Formats: sequence, structure tokens, C-alpha cells
Amino acid sequence: MTRDDMTAALIDELGRIAPEIDATGLDPHADLREELDIDSMDFLNLVTALGERLQIDIPEIDYPNLATFGHAVDYLAQRVGAVA
Amino acid sequence: MAEFRMPSLGADMEAGTLVEWLKRPGDRVKRGDVVAVVETQKGAIEVDIFEDGVIERWLVEPGTTVPVGTPLALIGGGPAAGRAPEIAAAATVPAPAAPPRPVKQPAVPLPLEPEHRARRPHASPAARRLATEREIALDTLTGSGPEGAILRADVERAATALALRPAAPKHLNLTEMRRAIAAAMARSKREIPHYYLSTTVDLTRALAWLEAANATRPPAARLLLAASLLKAVARALDQAPEFNGYFTAEGFKPGAGIHIGTAIAIRGGGLVAPAIHDADKLSLDEMMARLRNLVSRARSGALRSSELSDPTITVTNLGERGVETVFGVIYPPQVALVGFGMPVERPWAVGAEITARRVLTATLAADHRASDGHRGALFLADIDRRLQSPETL
Repeated sequence: MTRDDMTAALIDELGRIAPEIDATGLDPHADLREELDIDSMDFLNLVTALGERLQIDIPEIDYPNLATFGHAVDYLAQRVGAVA
Repeated sequence: MAEFRMPSLGADMEAGTLVEWLKRPGDRVKRGDVVAVVETQKGAIEVDIFEDGVIERWLVEPGTTVPVGTPLALIGGGPAAGRAPEIAAAATVPAPAAPPRPVKQPAVPLPLEPEHRARRPHASPAARRLATEREIALDTLTGSGPEGAILRADVERAATALALRPAAPKHLNLTEMRRAIAAAMARSKREIPHYYLSTTVDLTRALAWLEAANATRPPAARLLLAASLLKAVARALDQAPEFNGYFTAEGFKPGAGIHIGTAIAIRGGGLVAPAIHDADKLSLDEMMARLRNLVSRARSGALRSSELSDPTITVTNLGERGVETVFGVIYPPQVALVGFGMPVERPWAVGAEITARRVLTATLAADHRASDGHRGALFLADIDRRLQSPETL
């Protein structure tokens, strides 16, 4: 899997939680929860979906790494061991 | 012979539109089965039946709008089936002064046109649900199941082919929902003499316990603070029955169980507070599973009538973003609302030391006709006390 695959997976899963938002146009540095009005239940669902889809473990202690879109893609790529 | 009636899904509901029958005459039904889908101000609601029996006859055709309490179907073969949910009686009390409004058709088109329903294609419930979610008309599909029945896989294929993404739930009509909230809240402010109490809860233990529990769990099994808060309220209510129930023309009537209405915000605005039934009897894990399921169904517009008709108290939880304190407005005919603000770091005295602690403001709005501030204070303090022993929730 590549970094682009991570981006696509994240856009797709965010789209399920916040269907009215165009996730492709997200500011990579903005706080995802603020930007998308995501509550703790939405966030837990996002982590669950990404973990199952990418077959990775996302421990709770790593949640801060998912704070922005850019960081989240970096983190997922690192967890999956994606190629650039 | 008994009647299955249009349920009352809150004090403000006057009428509903039958969208679809999910059972046919001759079908045997048991308590809890979803029998019909009804369109209300709160969106499309699955109506479950309260007793066992056999559907004898439909009395109302899909597409028809009828007042609350109107018989929709005749149920036979079981003892007194189709009893309207309990709150229906409570909801008839102190009616708002406004004259009854004429029954209106909902402003949004129903998910399917009535003529399509007459020749409804065979489809599994999962397929039907998915098709509704993805807004795919079932009669445009070819089924691969027995006798051409449409299966979930058929709908999935069609959804992929159309490259459809799940859209915002169209059957949640936010204008109607706002109207329903306005009616209920106006009545609350007009009729209920609220009193308010507030306390600050040290969350250190509760959060540390959750963190330790979640460290070894996969995301699907993780717990949120919200589940602990709901359990603490449910347990405290066991000792404080005067906050759990309805205010009726005859005075306070305790609830038959502890059914916590859980306020859930809808994207784009709007709010519903469906019940988590028998919250005092659930384990913390069960509570979390119910909450997760309920939030997901509330946001996709797939709540059940029993969940909307009988909450005995409401809990509103501002979550991790927002502000520290919420002053609740009681949902009539309930008599109390417990509010939890956003957890924040604050200086906190422990013995002679000042230390930084995560704390949360818990509030109680209660009906002075049903209780006094002294009992309210004991109830709120008990919620705090229980949150200090998170492992016992």
C-alpha cells in the first residue's frame, strides 16, 4: 500500500462520518475534530473503521497522532509500513 | 383481538404517516418485532410491537397520515396485543394551550412513492435497509435470492455500480425536527417549574480506569466516558426514584423502569433523545454497545418507536468539545435532566496541596412539582460518588 492509499482510505472513512463535507478539500493542518464537527463517538468509529480496513492496531494512546489530516496520513502510513 | 396503534413518540406529536408495512397479514409477531415504518417530525421511525400475536388485517394504507392512537392493524391470537406505549397516557396530560394543528403531510417526499409499495419486490430486511440508506429503489434491482428475492449483496453491487457514497440521511427532516423541539421546549418552559443544581466532579479515577481498560481492547470494544456517566446516573436513580418518571394530571408517576433518554446531536442541527432501556440492568460494556448502536441509528434515522416514546429521564452530555456547563430544559412529561459538561483541567485541592485535575461539571435540572432541591442535591452527589468507583459501574 502507498501513502496515496492511506489518503484515499482516510477520505473515504471521513466521508462516512461527515457525508456533507468534501474531505478532499480538507486543510491538512487543521484539527479534524473541529473541522468536521466529530465527537468522541464519531472518532471511535473512525479509528475502528481504519483499523479494520488497514489491518492495523491503533491504540488509544496514539489518538493525538490522528489530530490533523496530514498527521493522520503520516501515522497510518507508518503503521502500515507504506511505500512512498 | 387487539389493535396496533399509531404510537405517541413524545408529548408534542399529534400525527404520523405510515410509510411501510414490514409484516403482512398472517405473519406471527412477537414483542419487540418491528412491524411498520412511520414518518414523524423526528424522522422515519421503526415501530415495534409490544405484545405477541398474529397480524389479522391492515387498517391503514402506506402513505396515509393519521392522528396518534389511530388503529393501524388488527392483531389476533395473542393477549391484548398492540397496546400503545405507556407514555401515550402520560402524554395526554396538560395539553399546551395552543389549538390542535391540522394534520399536515410531511414537507419532504417519502422515501418511496405509494404506488411502488403496492407491488413491493421481495427483499431481505438487510437489503431493504441498505437500499433505503443508499437511496436505491428496490424495484430497479434484479434479485439473486430464492424466487428472485433481492439480497443485501444485490444492493451492494448496485450501490458500487452507481458509485454512490452514503449521503446525509434525507429522511431526517430537520425543519420538522426543529418544530418538534420548539413545541416540547416551549411547553417545558411554560409548565415546568425548574430548579437547577450543579457540582464539580473529579474525573481522575474514572479516566484512569477507562484508559487502563481500553489499553488492552481493540477499538470496537473500547469504552467512552459517556458510558460511565450514563451508568452512574442509572445507578444513582435506583436510590432516587422521584427523578425517574413522568408528571401527569394525577401528579408524579414513577417510571416502570430506568429508561435513560440520551441526547444525540444530529449533523446539520437537530437533536433526538431516544431511550436506553433498563439502563440500571446493563453492564458497562452493554451500555457502551447500546450507546454506540443508538448514536449510529439516530444519525441514520433508524430509531424505534419504543425508544422515542418512553424515556423516563434525559441525560445530555456535551462531550469533549464545547463548554463546561449545561443548564438543562426538561423534556415533558419527564421530571429531570442530568447534564454533563466538557471535561477540563482545573486546579484542585487535595489535602493541603493544589494539583491539576481533569474535572467535569455535572448539573441537574428538576421539576419542583416532583422533588425538592435537597433530594436533588443528594442525587447529584450520588452520581459524583459513583464516578469515584468506576470499576463498580
